[in-house]
Amino acid sequence: MDIKQNIKTLIVEKPLKLDCGQTINNFPLAYETYGSLNHEKDNAILVFHALTGDQFVTGINPVTKKDGWWSYAVGSGKSIDTDKYFVICANVIGGCMGSFGPSHENPKTKKIYGTDFPVITINDMVNAQINLLDFFGIKKLFSIVGGSMGGMQVLQFISNYPDKTKTAIPIACTSSHSAQNIAFNELGRQAIAADHDWSDGNYNSKNVAPDKGLAVARMAAHITYLSKKGLQEKFGRKLQERDDLKFGFDADFQIESYLRYQGSVFVDRFDANSYLYITRAMDYFDLVKQFNGNLSDAFKDTKAKFFIISFTSDWLYPTQENKDIVIALNAVGANVGFVEIESDKGHDSFLLNIPDFLKALKNFLDKSYAEKLS
Amino acid sequence: MKPEYKIISDLIEKNAKVLDVGCDDGTLMEFLKKNKNVNIRGIEISKKKVQTCIAKGLTVIEGNAEFDLKQFPNDSFEYVVLGQTLQAFINPEIVIKELLRVGNRAIVTIPNFGHWKVRLNLLFKGTMPITNSLPHDWYNTPNIHMCTIKDFVKFSKIINFKIFKSLALINENVSDINNSNLIFKNLFGELGIFLIEK
Repeated sequence: MDIKQNIKTLIVEKPLKLDCGQTINNFPLAYETYGSLNHEKDNAILVFHALTGDQFVTGINPVTKKDGWWSYAVGSGKSIDTDKYFVICANVIGGCMGSFGPSHENPKTKKIYGTDFPVITINDMVNAQINLLDFFGIKKLFSIVGGSMGGMQVLQFISNYPDKTKTAIPIACTSSHSAQNIAFNELGRQAIAADHDWSDGNYNSKNVAPDKGLAVARMAAHITYLSKKGLQEKFGRKLQERDDLKFGFDADFQIESYLRYQGSVFVDRFDANSYLYITRAMDYFDLVKQFNGNLSDAFKDTKAKFFIISFTSDWLYPTQENKDIVIALNAVGANVGFVEIESDKGHDSFLLNIPDFLKALKNFLDKSYAEKLS
Repeated sequence: MKPEYKIISDLIEKNAKVLDVGCDDGTLMEFLKKNKNVNIRGIEISKKKVQTCIAKGLTVIEGNAEFDLKQFPNDSFEYVVLGQTLQAFINPEIVIKELLRVGNRAIVTIPNFGHWKVRLNLLFKGTMPITNSLPHDWYNTPNIHMCTIKDFVKFSKIINFKIFKSLALINENVSDINNSNLIFKNLFGELGIFLIEK
């Protein structure tokens, strides 16, 4: 799969000291842009992707040939209107869509890194992406937006660079990964590790891949992105292309078939070691601890206007965890709006066609842009 | 626009930091922004209305004043406005105390249950009063703690807050309430507007 030719890459020369202690430099950061940067360079929006996302936010993804992961929200005339705004999105470091990650070759050993790749954090991801601002000559972004792990990057970004954006929209996220979040990620990682083909992370050199393990990881994670009600309404106990139970272990139920399908298509586009690294980064994310137990301190230097959005049926990053961010912002008198959107689609809601959500996002951005915030 | 918005606006100093509790569709917030150039935030319980406010570019958080005011530190705002919703809270005493904790001053408006039409309604019909400003039946009204202008004045002594200014709205005309005219205003005032302090 030669994907390189379709991927724009910035080689970051500046050394980046990672949280784990290692320093990296001359590393690739793959990105994509949509729309055009205006003369004043004040219409740029940096979008952060979630765990399994990539830089191909909208339009047809040149690698997977499918719609970009946020096609509902980003595009001409959409919530994040590419006729108006210059949208930038980078593949996170540790990822597998061109940015520096475990599937890259270690220049010292001439071997694929695998699990020799340094453990990265949300902080490292954000510190890598800040280089895009210099690259495009942008002094201040108009907005930073992201859902789930993308939302965590929004929070980390504003805490690291309080005056680099006018607005910030963390969606369906948390300031500190909960025990339940870590538990689900660990389940996924152990599924990968249990696949014999994982070979302690060295599968590349053996020309195999732990597809079964990665598929199970994806299946388990996928359940956490949906709600019980949503699943029940979509699948219930409906049977898959059969009139009766077969008294065996094939996929009798539609939900089984659906999950198997989700697992199988995922392994075609995602690297198992990247899955380990990125879930680890999420688990290590604890902005509350970074600020010694007082989340408000993460935001005390920013003048940015915030808009926090959560979803009623999201049990992975529930409303209360999003509200904790609102509370921390209000405690330092920050400019923060908040709404919980009614949806039975679970955590995945932020990726779907939820009109109330898409409208709220659009209205906030367009009104804030018209305000000409400084 | 509700007639009391102009009166509320007159009570607020220019460029102040204001919180509108139960900000509805943001009409008052917009009015205050335009007239007094205030730095204004809102809190509103209805998702739909929060979205309407966001669409107007207003900074509003979804929440219930009874539980969600506690996130604001002491003296976060110069004014906190509570328009015609005190009667809908389970515990109005806690709400008033919270208003005066997060704000230096609060502006509270109350639909006056002591108005003569309300009194006649109950006296002659013998059923719970239904008027223009109180359009609900007793079983579906959100207004579970109705009070009169006189009740509110009494309330200030019981839970110990100062009424800095009190006004009555009668046929869209505003007038001062004082000790000597309280009985009269309590009979004819449709709305009581109070600027209060700790």
